[in-house]
Amino acid sequence: MKKCYFDHVATNPLHPDVLDAMMPYFREEFGNPLSVYEYGMKAKNAVETAREQVAGLVNAKPAEIIFTANGAEANNFALRGIALARQNEGKHILVSRMEHHSILNSARFLEKSGFTVTYLPVDRQGYVDPDTVKKMITKETTLISVIHASSEVGTIEPLKEIVKVAKEHNISVHTDAVATTGNIPVDVLDLGVDLLSMAAHQFYGPKGAGALYVKQGTRIVPLIYGGIQESGRRAGTENVPAIVGMGKAALLAKDELGSRMEYLRPMRDRLIDTMAGVERVYLTGDRNNRLPGHASFCVEYIEGEAMLLLLAAKGIFSASGSACSSKALKSSPVLLSMGIPTGLAQGSIVFSLGMGNTTEDMDYLVSEFPAVIKRLREISPFSQGWGDNQEGGTCTVKK
Amino acid sequence: MKFVSDVKPDVTTDIVYMMCPMHLMKLEEQMKELAPGQILEIMTDYDGALEDIPDWCAKTGNEFLGIDETPDFFKFYIKKGSR
Repeated sequence: MKKCYFDHVATNPLHPDVLDAMMPYFREEFGNPLSVYEYGMKAKNAVETAREQVAGLVNAKPAEIIFTANGAEANNFALRGIALARQNEGKHILVSRMEHHSILNSARFLEKSGFTVTYLPVDRQGYVDPDTVKKMITKETTLISVIHASSEVGTIEPLKEIVKVAKEHNISVHTDAVATTGNIPVDVLDLGVDLLSMAAHQFYGPKGAGALYVKQGTRIVPLIYGGIQESGRRAGTENVPAIVGMGKAALLAKDELGSRMEYLRPMRDRLIDTMAGVERVYLTGDRNNRLPGHASFCVEYIEGEAMLLLLAAKGIFSASGSACSSKALKSSPVLLSMGIPTGLAQGSIVFSLGMGNTTEDMDYLVSEFPAVIKRLREISPFSQGWGDNQEGGTCTVKK
Repeated sequence: MKFVSDVKPDVTTDIVYMMCPMHLMKLEEQMKELAPGQILEIMTDYDGALEDIPDWCAKTGNEFLGIDETPDFFKFYIKKGSR
């Protein structure tokens, strides 16, 4: 059976060159970077080279990159680390409703710890309005966290404008750039953010390596206490092979960014254009200002899980909501925050394309997906409507 | 403990929230960059530094000038020795 992987926001396959770069650090170069003899020095050098490579991808200084285990850790570290470091100046933070659970649940932890969190609303395309940010800032606000682009809807947020507002009030800005780093240009100086989270496996690197950019001069309370790794800001023996892999993946992503985007965009657009011709299927997120390989929809009268299963039976692998929401069978809070009705949000499906996808894969998808929708609607108890006057007309593409 | 104020440092290093023993590692690293007579200011919230930094100065021939306490962290002042 043909197998087509369209879930690159969940994770990417490892680039073969990345695996080659990592292999020596599983075998002969197994040293601990803190050891003072040859094995340790080689491992240390490998970590520092990777730090330069990751810094190069986002236009940071190497010393501004702190390696973590993944994007979620980077997000936890940023939110808690800055909120705690600046708590004497104020205990109010702003977090958008588009955020990943690693931000939302960290925000909840902070609320339980005595902080006040204001959740920034988003419009129907998933945009955070910088003017709304301005209105929600108080004298107590020390941190704003807005995702660069949500993996669920792909819309790229107006970060520069949000940073501009924040800087007028001396507020730190963090962005979760897990979905964007290595996939679209990400430049920390151009964006102006103070902190930025990334994950290697989102740009053909390995799982087990992520990083947090922390602008020089920013104080941050550690999330993990212990030794002096990462300048005493993130303890624990480094995952050297994964960090080396992240560095190599960053180097490749920087070199190939333009060609990767040019490869993915036409395939994405073909899928979006095809689905615009299917009755009661709505694109979620902005039509153009979105991740280059990302197409997300809400399909009326069908549950996302049912689509996933039928598509998987045909060898087409996709997602509904975020990777974790898929398992939890919950309506996506991101889609609900965009004003999409609960019933329609249940019919969420996300296709995220990668460099392994071909034109033939897209031929297969655009022929099979509408057929799956048709088949499921034939057996859907809601095919004549929701019966509760819910309308699906809140999305961006209407039929 | 010696308390000082209005010391004019030549170099300042902010290691607030960085874990032990970064205060000694950064101290050593920064002192190498200084000329004899120049003053380093280290900001740290680690209270173990109250013992460690004067001890380090005594061992290495640098002069510990004192600390300036703020609500959130300490400022340590060290003058580079001639050896």
